[in-house]
Amino acid sequence: MNFFVDNLPYILAGISVGGQYALIAIGYTMVYGILRLINFAHGDMFMVAGLVMVYLAASMPIYIAIPVVIIFTVVLGCTIEVVAYRPLRSAPRMSIMISAIGVSYLLQNTALYVTGGLTQTYPEIPWLAKTVTVFGAHTKMVTLITPFLTIALVIALVMLIKYTKIGMAMRAVSRDFETSQLMGIDINRVITVTFIIGSLLAAIGSVLYFSNYTGVMPTSGSMPGLKAFVAAVFGGIGSIPGAVIGAFIIGICENIIKGMELTVFSNAFTFVLLIIILMVKPTGLFGEKNIDKV
Amino acid sequence: MTELTKRTKSILSVAVCVAFLAAVYIGDMVVPPTSGMRMLFTVLEKGSIYALVAVSMNLLNGFTGLFSLGQAGFMLIGAYTYAIFSIPTAMKDSVYQYFDGGLIKFSITEILGNALGGVLGDFGVMLGEHIGMIFLMLCAGLLTAGVAALIGLPVLRLKSDYLAIATLGFAEILRAFFQWKAAGPITNSSNLLRSYTTYDTPLFPLISAGICVAFIVLLINSSYGRAFKAIRDDEIAAEAMGVNLFKHKQMSFIVSSFFAGFGGALLAMFQSSVASTPFTSNMTYEILLIVVIGGIGSVTGSILGAYLFVACSEWWLRGLDSGTFLGISAAFMRPGFRKVVFAVIIMCIVLFYSRGIMGNKEFSWDGFLGFFRKRDRKNRKTGKKKTSAKKHNKDTDIEEEAR
Amino acid sequence: MKKKLALLLVLVMLFTVFAAGCGGNDDGGEKVVKIGVFEPATGDNGAGGKQETLGIQYANSVQPTVEIGGETYTVKLEIVDNESSPEKGISAAQNLVTSGVSMILGTYGSGVAIAAGQTFADAGIAAMGITCTNPQVTLGNDYYFRMCFLDPFQGTVLANRAWETGARKAYCLNKMGDDYSAGLVNYFSKAFEELGGKVVKEEFEQGNADFAANIATAKKNGCDVFFSPVSTEAAALIIDQADAQKLGMPILAADTWDSNVILGAAKGTDLEIYVTTFYQEGGDAAFDEGVKAWIEGDSTNLANNGGNSEIAAVTAMGYDAYFVALEALKAAGSTDPAKVHEVLPSVTYDGVCGKVVFGENGDAVRDMAVVKKCNTAEGKWEFESNQYVK
Repeated sequence: MNFFVDNLPYILAGISVGGQYALIAIGYTMVYGILRLINFAHGDMFMVAGLVMVYLAASMPIYIAIPVVIIFTVVLGCTIEVVAYRPLRSAPRMSIMISAIGVSYLLQNTALYVTGGLTQTYPEIPWLAKTVTVFGAHTKMVTLITPFLTIALVIALVMLIKYTKIGMAMRAVSRDFETSQLMGIDINRVITVTFIIGSLLAAIGSVLYFSNYTGVMPTSGSMPGLKAFVAAVFGGIGSIPGAVIGAFIIGICENIIKGMELTVFSNAFTFVLLIIILMVKPTGLFGEKNIDKV
Repeated sequence: MTELTKRTKSILSVAVCVAFLAAVYIGDMVVPPTSGMRMLFTVLEKGSIYALVAVSMNLLNGFTGLFSLGQAGFMLIGAYTYAIFSIPTAMKDSVYQYFDGGLIKFSITEILGNALGGVLGDFGVMLGEHIGMIFLMLCAGLLTAGVAALIGLPVLRLKSDYLAIATLGFAEILRAFFQWKAAGPITNSSNLLRSYTTYDTPLFPLISAGICVAFIVLLINSSYGRAFKAIRDDEIAAEAMGVNLFKHKQMSFIVSSFFAGFGGALLAMFQSSVASTPFTSNMTYEILLIVVIGGIGSVTGSILGAYLFVACSEWWLRGLDSGTFLGISAAFMRPGFRKVVFAVIIMCIVLFYSRGIMGNKEFSWDGFLGFFRKRDRKNRKTGKKKTSAKKHNKDTDIEEEAR
Repeated sequence: MKKKLALLLVLVMLFTVFAAGCGGNDDGGEKVVKIGVFEPATGDNGAGGKQETLGIQYANSVQPTVEIGGETYTVKLEIVDNESSPEKGISAAQNLVTSGVSMILGTYGSGVAIAAGQTFADAGIAAMGITCTNPQVTLGNDYYFRMCFLDPFQGTVLANRAWETGARKAYCLNKMGDDYSAGLVNYFSKAFEELGGKVVKEEFEQGNADFAANIATAKKNGCDVFFSPVSTEAAALIIDQADAQKLGMPILAADTWDSNVILGAAKGTDLEIYVTTFYQEGGDAAFDEGVKAWIEGDSTNLANNGGNSEIAAVTAMGYDAYFVALEALKAAGSTDPAKVHEVLPSVTYDGVCGKVVFGENGDAVRDMAVVKKCNTAEGKWEFESNQYVK
């Protein structure tokens, strides 16, 4: 029992951070599924959502600030798509990826300028930040909420993709870009919707993540972003449940490694996992057969 | 005006290089260390190091079409190899203060310096140290190349963005390994390595980076280089033509890493202290952006890009941070503004000028002189530009989308 | 052709910028002496660096001129941002060196000071560390001086205090590659182990925001005291997690934590936080009043101080440092960096943080540290004791 109580905080932290990675990973996996683009700026958008929240919460009540942040992030996500990715749609794949890296560089540097390089303290969301006790381990409410909220959102999203017209269009586009265009699907609309969903989830993820780890700095987004991408690859790119499971696995493993006092390798582990999965099962856990990667 | 003969061109190139090096040498002697012009030499030093690393990245990304993002990790290996083996024995205790002086109790540069110093006096010490430095730089490159060969085995089977993310991952793993406490007696864990032998004239990085770049250019122009380009343009076609894909990819990867490691060693000397923290993916991104600014697939472009990038970020745009720039002062120019402006410029290049400064062309005397000649011609409106533009359009399409 | 013209235009523009950057240092007849301020304004140590710079700027507003060799000089501060990074710090240092300063003050955070020390030494300009406490800053560098106490001293003070208050097992957390926290943890654990205590050590990577696992480990190991002398940025996050997980042991930290960032984070929690530092508000009433009024009088200053006018010890140290620099300039009788370097070791100054006398290695002789406790109900520092080590 004692062993359990001692180690419970790691598991709890792992599940919660896993849920937050999952919300980011969905954005990656959907964009990659449709555009074949690693949206390097996605992690930074997550950070920007956190920063905007910091500044908004200073001037308006939290319950107004949260929806505003979500709307802002969605608008930002679509703007990035229109400005930085759409013009390069027919360009070689490397150019778009470089553009994504450029956007990420721009977002980080802008955040650096705005914050003056100082860590901003995330506002306390009253209910989420409350300390609760689970089997003798103390933790924040948000830790408990995250997995449930994540799973609920994922179910909603899967329903959307399965049963709505736009969802069908998305599946078609991710299967075959050109053919679906010929079938009369408005590609740009599908891509915009993809970015809206991705940004929306990233914004929700940022609220949860930063409620738990309350410091927002310009580089806050890059590591969670990369890890979420790895989670997406691990689960099989294009597969939403896969991304979620991958994210939970990464989150939990990472915290167990920290618990073993090997903190140095907690980030590196993610990449070891990535390389192993790419070597052994390049399509990931639930990936569709062969989408041109090996 | 007549076309220049090959001989005149080589004489011209050599003359320009020698004149430039002489100018740097004299400048270094004349300019006092506190003068504002001193920044020029800092930029030249750092610029040539970045140029070398950028060219090595271009060899992979621009000439072989392998989108690798592991450059920072390879530089890290090079920098550490150099630093670890050239810290003087007397300084080991203070550098490895948390690890009882570390495991490696000798310094190559010191041993060689003393050995030759015994025979030739002061000059011998200097000579020995320089031989040691060059030896260590080569070791740094070789070790990096060795690690790259191992990494390449699994990674090079992957394609485009998967390759990118896997190499990025390997760079992170390498960094974590260097920071590991258990490796501390060798790598000093995450603490600074310093007090090691460094160069004392800007000529050193200029010449050594220059030789390396020349080597890469020779490689690119050889039959191997043509095979690399064939792989870049169309893997399947290249394979059909009898190019051994894996062998050539592996070779390009190893050569590129060798020079990244070499560049890392130079960077360690430039910084005069080295820690693993700055060698993150951001460093790789910066080098990638240099390659993009210069033009993917142009060695000259990468070199120009590197100097411009370093000069802007370290020197010319610094005024944006401190409040006055070009005589304009404004309150919004506070620390960090420089980087925003810089990032916007880079975004503009990526979006509207994606061919970079040089596209995929190289510097040539004909082109250089032609530049001025064409301007005369333009005034006379002969205008027949379309054909030439079309010609190099094709080469830049590094990788066709295969969906 | 258009592209080539555009390229030419860009080049021309860059050279204009370059020319503008080089020229245009007209003094307009007035005698000016420049003092370099080498401090982080961004990055992990940004908050502390800004507060230290504030102290220097305030001192400059109090005493904007100096008498050198019978002539009155206006003091101009040349401030560069070293971005809290050893790598970027070197080029910032290079910039400072080339801007013709007579002496350099800074930096907050030992790692950058160690890295940039060689640049200053090569240029022959004396630098004086204000609050960088790692011994390696001045050791083996004739051009680096320091006016605060050192880590072996501070670490021992903290270890003694932990032992005296009954702690037998300590959890130590430092940032990777940060000479400041790594050094302190090293000296603390040495002293603590000598006293007979046990130490659990962990490190975290730069930019890490997740301290949940660290807190859990400290609790799991049954430690009595949590020692984490890290930058204020990380400190705020540690406090937040410690509160959420009910750490249940006192937190011990060093001079970096003496900042209103910590007060803000700790307010309303039930944590016990102790720090050692250089100065306690109330040490010099005139200084307190002046600096408060000055900070409140300007919105930028207020923002740089973290939004209120609570005085950080580093601000007081920065204030003293400026006057030490003026003393050195006066004693040198010249703005020549070589002369300043020559006289600096013999300069003494009696400041708000006590007397500055340079001893061995160019380190100031200090034998006293102030221990403060955080009053978490009101968000204020309370004086605990003065700790001495023989």
